[in-house]
Amino acid sequence: MKSISIIGAGPAGIEAASILAKQGVDVTIFEKSSSPMKNVADKAYLFPNFAAANDIVEAMNKKLMLPGITQQNDTDIVGLTREGQRGWKLTDSQGNSYYTDMVLLATGYTPFDAHRKEELGYSIYGGVVTSIEMERMIRYNQVANTMMEKPRRVVFLQCVGSRDEKSGNHYCSKVCCVTAVKQAIEIKKQLPDTETFIFYMDLRMWGQHFEEMYRMSQQEYGVRYVRGRISEASGTFDGRVQIKAEDTLMGMPLKMTTDLLVLMVGMEASAGTRCLAQAAGICGEYGFAQSIDPHLKDCQTTQEGLFVCGTCKRPMSINDAVNDARAAALAIIDEIK
Amino acid sequence: MSVTFMVFSIVFWLCAAAIMVLSFYSTSFSIFVIPFFLGVLFLLYISVWKYWRWIRGFDKLQRAIIRKNIWSWRFLPAIWEAFREGLLHWRITKKNLLLGYMHRSLAFGWFLLIVVGAVQAKLAYPHGHPFWMAIFYNYFEPESNPLAFPKAGFYADLMDGLLIYVLSGLFLAMFKKVWSRPLGMKRTTRHTIMDRVTKMALWAIFPLRLLSETATSGIYGNGGFLVRGLGNVIYDIGMADPTFEYSCWMLYSIALGTFFCLMPFSRYMHIFTEVFLIYFRQLGVKDSDKKTGYTMFELSACSRCGICIDGCPMNRELGIVNMQGVYMLQSVRNLELQRNAEPIAENCLMCDRCVADCPVGINLSIVRRQVRIKNKAEIDKKGSYSYLNNVQPFNSIGRIIYFGGCMSHLTPGITTAMEKIFNAVGQKYWYMDKEESICCGRPLLQQGFESQAFDLRRKNTEMIVGSKATMLVTSCPICYQSFKKEYKLSIPVMHHTEYIEMLIKSGKLKLRKDDRRVTYHDPCELGRGCGIYNQPRNVLSATTTLLRTKDEREHSLCCGFNLGNPLLDLEQQTKIRDAARDNLMAPHPDTIATACPMCKKAFQHADTVPVKDIAEIVAANIIS
Repeated sequence: MKSISIIGAGPAGIEAASILAKQGVDVTIFEKSSSPMKNVADKAYLFPNFAAANDIVEAMNKKLMLPGITQQNDTDIVGLTREGQRGWKLTDSQGNSYYTDMVLLATGYTPFDAHRKEELGYSIYGGVVTSIEMERMIRYNQVANTMMEKPRRVVFLQCVGSRDEKSGNHYCSKVCCVTAVKQAIEIKKQLPDTETFIFYMDLRMWGQHFEEMYRMSQQEYGVRYVRGRISEASGTFDGRVQIKAEDTLMGMPLKMTTDLLVLMVGMEASAGTRCLAQAAGICGEYGFAQSIDPHLKDCQTTQEGLFVCGTCKRPMSINDAVNDARAAALAIIDEIK
Repeated sequence: MSVTFMVFSIVFWLCAAAIMVLSFYSTSFSIFVIPFFLGVLFLLYISVWKYWRWIRGFDKLQRAIIRKNIWSWRFLPAIWEAFREGLLHWRITKKNLLLGYMHRSLAFGWFLLIVVGAVQAKLAYPHGHPFWMAIFYNYFEPESNPLAFPKAGFYADLMDGLLIYVLSGLFLAMFKKVWSRPLGMKRTTRHTIMDRVTKMALWAIFPLRLLSETATSGIYGNGGFLVRGLGNVIYDIGMADPTFEYSCWMLYSIALGTFFCLMPFSRYMHIFTEVFLIYFRQLGVKDSDKKTGYTMFELSACSRCGICIDGCPMNRELGIVNMQGVYMLQSVRNLELQRNAEPIAENCLMCDRCVADCPVGINLSIVRRQVRIKNKAEIDKKGSYSYLNNVQPFNSIGRIIYFGGCMSHLTPGITTAMEKIFNAVGQKYWYMDKEESICCGRPLLQQGFESQAFDLRRKNTEMIVGSKATMLVTSCPICYQSFKKEYKLSIPVMHHTEYIEMLIKSGKLKLRKDDRRVTYHDPCELGRGCGIYNQPRNVLSATTTLLRTKDEREHSLCCGFNLGNPLLDLEQQTKIRDAARDNLMAPHPDTIATACPMCKKAFQHADTVPVKDIAEIVAANIIS
């Protein structure tokens, strides 16, 4: 029987591992952090159905318990080379090597580093947070301004580090639009008196129920939408944030003071994705890994025995990543037979 | 003007004809002198006319400066600089030894040939001689006694030595035409037809001189060690013939005459113009926003050497070689090409790299800006600056003004760090552009929007004067250069690096040294623009370990995101930035430091170690 190594224990990696294990394939799953599902662990609810993220994490962890799956946490794979008959050689940061017949790359994404958009004042003004931090606030019911009081106003800014020429990311990160809608609704649920604004370029409600959520956010929760980018943020003496923007529908510049400015940070290829895609020679645009063909061979790569799935290829929602993992598992089983 | 020109021409040529007729009766005259003679007269005619017209074209301020300083001692440094740059080519030598040698041998060598020739003639004919005697001495020498004066042999040898010196330079110039790398130039200028023809005439002069003197020596056996030796060869092969000799001298004279006739219309006009330019510059004359007579001197003083091409980031990173200083001046100078002046003038980062490299010291950026201003003159001047009236000065007696600048609004890390520093030393300040910010005007001015920039400057000046503050500190080198050079403020203006250095020196600000290893990026506007190189380095050395980079100070590379060029797209800007980044990353620093919000933003988006402004590094290391 051929051995399979999966790099990255996120939704995609775990889903693929569980399917392969059920088919009787020996799977080793490497994870650089101490526990799996790190990116999902701090989420509150998941769109489009407001499923509790905790449930998903638990379900995924249960899948990891299947016989045939070996977990290797705290193992940061940094080297990936093809060594003829011996298959693939994986090297971790400690210098240990692992040999395997096939590799599934599920190394995922990393959120855009908001420090790179200095004009938005992230980590300079206390009131500026990223969508990741906001999700954590919602999860632990801690949505508060810098004085630890209930915020009067929360402003979301879309497309931070995606669809942005200057930061070098021309692509759309796909999930931020609906995430902002979801977070605004959740804030309204927790704090009905708080005003919420979403500044957007255009809202891409591409998935099932998304458009409905968008309508609901306006009609039932009173979330307000402003088309325009925020050009700069500055601090006020009472610890709030003043933003300057242009309302491009009204054609007017505007200034607004808010307790919290939430930066909807985009997805970038994670360090692992960049490094391993480079090492294996399947590096695509923006550091993401590249499959052979987006229609017919989306999990296969130009390298024999190397497969890719999930957000290491491109930005994806969790359900898309899980589906993609199933496709990858199927492709691997085909290859083994 | 045309009447004046006709009067000038008639008077000049009448005088010239009189001199010519008188000279022809001189004892040492031969027909072949005529081309040379006419060439000299023509050169004189055109040059006098041009220089006179240009000097009349100076604007009021420039004239006032000349009138004020003309009787001062400033002519002494002017003479020294003219000697050092016009003849010795010191700045070029500093760039490349061989290139300097080439220029020096041609300029200084030819100058000495004329001077020593004149001395020789003076010694041989103590009772007077026509002026061409110095040029054609060997031909006329046999008529007198070759050993008429003591040490005549020594002078003959000296002249031969000088001729070899010049010919060696000529050889290098020809070599450079084929392979310019050893002379420190990757690219050389594409010259116009006129320049090429003139160069041919110039290159013909010295070999023809050698040939003529050899031919004469073949018959009379005169000359120094080189000419005598070659003369013997001529004699041996039976070519010692007066007709041949005469033809050679005629060709030599024609080459000289052609060169002198073409000179005023070619790049060789720089030979004399540079001297004038140096003189005016030493008197304190500066460029104004419009094209004046002084600009005309700058245009002609450009030797079109092309040294500005290699350093230009547009050439280095993007391979664009039609807009550098030399071509820009050409397009302004040459009426035919003037339709190209607009795109050429616009397509430039205004990083001043060429200004630092220019061996003649022409302020290429200002000349470029003059073209831009001319291009934008048509654009509506009624800009929407109504918002300016809402802004009022804040009574700041006993305070200083802090002017962050528009770009610092996009890098709040810098402004918050500066506020922290002000608070740490207990300095009261008015953050002038915190809420309602007015641009300093320089970005507009650099694009050629002169009157719009003037509106902004006037409002800012009102605010600054009205506030009664004692000093202005700014975080943006663009604003700094503007306040320093374009405003006429009575209070001192400092960039924050200067200010912080002052605080450290005076002991008000105490800093700890951290273990960061830092490389420093010289912003164009601060370094080459204002000459602030040491202050930032002193501050960084006080608080971190400062590493050196390959291209720094005057040679620092532009970050590419400068506001100077409206035509570059993001990809091109990125290429220029990446070159600058690679230079900064080469010594493997932990942090890249800079002192300009624009440069900071540029590098922030590159793949680098953290990029910090000096103010941020200082603010993090204050011992309170």
